[in-house]
Amino acid sequence: MNPGQENRGNPGQENMGNPGQESRGAAIDLRAISKAYGSFKALDGVSLRIEAGEFMTLLGPSGSGKTTTLNVVAGFTEASSGALEVGGRSVVGVPAHKRNIGVVFQHYALFPHMTVSRNVAYPLALRGVAGAERERRVRQALDMVKMADFGHRFPSELSGGQQQRVALARAIVFDPPLLLMDEPLGALDKKLREWLQLEIKRIHRELGTTFVYVTHDQEEALVLSDRIAVFNRGRIEQIGTGRELYDEPATLFVGKFIGDSTVLRGAAAISGGETAIEIAGQKVATPRRLANGGRPVMLLRPEKLALVRRGASGDGRNRLTGRIGEAIYLGSGSKYEVDLADGSKAIVRSTLEADSFAIGDEVEVLFAGADVKLLADDDKADLSLT
Amino acid sequence: MSASEPTIPAAERRWAWRPYALAMPALVLLLAVIGYPLLTIVLRSLSEPQWGLQNYIWFFSAPINLTVLQRTFVISTWVTLVCVVSAYPYAYLMTAVGPRIRLVLMLCVLIPFWVSGVVRTLSWVILLQDSGVINSILRSFGLGGVRLIRTQTGVVIGMAQVLLPFMILPLYSVMKGIDLRLMRAAQSLGARPFRAFFTIYLPLSLPGVYAGAIIVFILALGFYITPALLGGPRSTMLSTLVQTQVLSLLQWGRGGAMGVVLLVVTFVLLALAAPVMRSRYREAGRR
Ligand SMILES: Nc1ncnc2c1ncn2[C@@H]1O[C@H](COP(=O)(O)OP(=O)(O)OP(=O)(O)O)[C@@H](O)[C@H]1O
Ligand SMILES: [Mg+2]
Repeated sequence: MNPGQENRGNPGQENMGNPGQESRGAAIDLRAISKAYGSFKALDGVSLRIEAGEFMTLLGPSGSGKTTTLNVVAGFTEASSGALEVGGRSVVGVPAHKRNIGVVFQHYALFPHMTVSRNVAYPLALRGVAGAERERRVRQALDMVKMADFGHRFPSELSGGQQQRVALARAIVFDPPLLLMDEPLGALDKKLREWLQLEIKRIHRELGTTFVYVTHDQEEALVLSDRIAVFNRGRIEQIGTGRELYDEPATLFVGKFIGDSTVLRGAAAISGGETAIEIAGQKVATPRRLANGGRPVMLLRPEKLALVRRGASGDGRNRLTGRIGEAIYLGSGSKYEVDLADGSKAIVRSTLEADSFAIGDEVEVLFAGADVKLLADDDKADLSLT
Repeated sequence: MSASEPTIPAAERRWAWRPYALAMPALVLLLAVIGYPLLTIVLRSLSEPQWGLQNYIWFFSAPINLTVLQRTFVISTWVTLVCVVSAYPYAYLMTAVGPRIRLVLMLCVLIPFWVSGVVRTLSWVILLQDSGVINSILRSFGLGGVRLIRTQTGVVIGMAQVLLPFMILPLYSVMKGIDLRLMRAAQSLGARPFRAFFTIYLPLSLPGVYAGAIIVFILALGFYITPALLGGPRSTMLSTLVQTQVLSLLQWGRGGAMGVVLLVVTFVLLALAAPVMRSRYREAGRR
């Protein structure tokens, strides 16, 4: 079913840091979950299986149903229809406080009238853990997020990143088999975000808990996840590893959402096993066909494109004329935005050894037909709103 | 300090009096309408009919005064409790409903302010009297009548109704600042809704409870019309005694002494309650 899954290894074995403990993660199974608000479907048949100990990210633009999915799993929202199992047991109708699932919110949600220690001790107190054992576990959880020195502070005396680390400690201190995080780093600046991403990854490795993480930042999703589920308008467009989503996008939406891409649209002609598209009078072709019909568009990754000066001799690859619109030096190479003849843009990444170009240079974009992803056009793939 | 002291603090110091200047009208008004009469009362309690502590000695040697003083505090405490218990769910409801219903609820709180206190109290007389609405209803259910008018219970009910808005408004303003998402967080950590309420919502709403309770309690201590009309001789409050001393017996000294005693006891009680009420967390954490 999912080719990326075998080489991911068994996540349960990542538990070496916790001798004597079994894999503590719970598998989650969402089957055809729908959620309607009046006539509006916030979730429309979402099916997703998450393995025990896996780090799964729900990625998608604003309003695509990520939070709603998380709320259904946490028990804050009841699904209109569908089945939901956590750890092999159906939790439909089970109230949130009985699900034993850790949740980290974007807005931290620390209790302002309790110190850091009491915040972290709260779920333990509810479970009747008391005395030295409670103290030990609070300290252990705060150690894990590197906040051990802040136990006596109140949340209002902490920075945003510190508050979120405490919230994380509070959500893992009672050893839940599943941890849900809804854009936990959304309110933090880039540097802090990148550092905390690595911390979260480390904690996931050390705990062996199943993590479900929501973000609309594709880079964050790529850094963190074992697998990513791409959401769009209440549906899952594709589930796979970051590499699968980048190399083999199932839909135009996924292709555009993950990584940089060039999309070529035009009058299509299909003959034999070949599809050709005409762009401002220039024909480009690929030895592929759309399996299920629809209007074909071509999607190309920036490293599959090459640039030459206008008029340089060709080598049989597809050629499109254009003019450099933007040139960005990246250190390891350069990134160019090329304005094509039909008004669309091509994004090209070139290595250091390649020729360099300046804004305004007349160029030709070259690519091999075999490097083209042929996808069905989809007006719902418009990302301009996200 | 040294000669090289930065100039900005100096400039700031030059403007430091400004907030005081802006508060001047209010300060003058307070001094005139509270400070001056208070001073007069203290002076007269010590100087009429002649200089000395005679009025205070009289107050503490007449048992009726002490009984009434104690009753005043007991009734005020009951009124405060009734107000807290009935205002709390009402204020919570105000935070939970949509803007339209909230407006209606707010109007229901404010309308009593627009009706004169005497009229309101008289309508309580009609409701509470032995042949009144409440007793008719009780009797129609086969329950015996209860004495409400001219009892302490009647006074507490009437006063609580008049003072309820002073409890609801501060409670509402604190409650609407409580982040309800904290309740979700508590539930995800394993707290059943009941537990989440007592460990999270209630503590966060306490500043509103305290603020409302102090206002209601202090206003109740000085209540005059309602206890006079709804109460009997066994529910007289201190303000009625003051009125008798000053207006009927022209004993300004004794009336003044009663007022001063009430004021001092109130301050002592508030000072004792302050450590409990001081919120132990910083406001910045709230939304
Ligand atoms: N209580 C509600 N009533 C009506 N519509 C709702 C409700 N909650 C969510 N929605 C709608 O459901 C859709 C999905 O919302 P959701 O919060 O899951 O989006 P999201 O993917 O988390 O987006 P974001 O990245 O902005 O957080 C949105 O269009 C939203 O307007
Ligand atoms: Mg969301």
